Amino acid sequence: MSDIPLSEILILGAVLFSIGLVGVLTRRNILVLLMSVEVMLNAVNVTLVGFSRYHGWNEGHVLAFFIIAVAAAEAAVGLALVLAVFRTKGTVWIDELKLLRR
Amino acid sequence: MSAAHLIFYVLGTGAVLSSALMLLPNTGRNPIHSALWLIASLFCVAGVYALLSAHLLTALQIIVYAGAVMVLFTFVIMLLNLSPSEIQEPKLSPVKIIGGALSLFVLGKLTTAIALVTQGARPVDLHHHAYAEFGTVKAVGKMLYTSFMVPFELASVLLLVAAVGAVVLAKKSLHYVDAPEPPPAKLTRLAHRPEDAQEGTPPDSHGGHH
Repeated sequence: MSDIPLSEILILGAVLFSIGLVGVLTRRNILVLLMSVEVMLNAVNVTLVGFSRYHGWNEGHVLAFFIIAVAAAEAAVGLALVLAVFRTKGTVWIDELKLLRR
Repeated sequence: MSAAHLIFYVLGTGAVLSSALMLLPNTGRNPIHSALWLIASLFCVAGVYALLSAHLLTALQIIVYAGAVMVLFTFVIMLLNLSPSEIQEPKLSPVKIIGGALSLFVLGKLTTAIALVTQGARPVDLHHHAYAEFGTVKAVGKMLYTSFMVPFELASVLLLVAAVGAVVLAKKSLHYVDAPEPPPAKLTRLAHRPEDAQEGTPPDSHGGHH
């Protein structure tokens, strides 16, 4: 149970974070963009859980709990914004969203 | 290599592969396919939490992420009902190449930092009596309700505000969303200026009566 090296856990977190970053920087569909943000937040949680396993502290789990709460709030507001934007502009491409007015 | 280490490799590879498949042009072009790959990735990460004896987070990951957030995503995707022409991702552009290169650079920097940090790191022995409650719902819950009381309450306020905000934003009867009244006259004039010029009758021609 305790023989997973810390470096491998952190590498998993780093790779997941980079995949999320690729998604945020290259994909133009706002729905896939929000999903990539979820992957990035998840990667940070992996890192936190790995560190707290190595120190035996529960504080990392509490912090990961708060990140999950923030991710849920972000998804709810972000998807509501997607719906509102789709009603006014009729598009989900962030390249076409240049104006704050209609 | 022990069984736990092997399972970690399987779950980690699964998480990385399904996140990558979420973004690749062939498998991730349709947002609903992306959402399904993301669910697979989140389940693999939940397995990694279980391997690291984070009991509460394993449950929360499945309940909150796979249960609530992903249902919201699939619901919105199906509500939007995008046609195949609307989900056609644009071709490779210089911005995308720069974005990919930047991500690779970040990954390289993170890897070197990890190699520096983790030298000689040894995990604590969970069989020791001091760590008997590590990661359990009881221990983390007790910490949430004592040391982290104020942040916990603030998180509940954040979720409440987010829920109300989402309802307000997605409501159909917002006046600027429906816009039953026509735009102001000045804007109409500006919008139809080419047609006015073609007609040859200026709108204020009655001014020549006297």
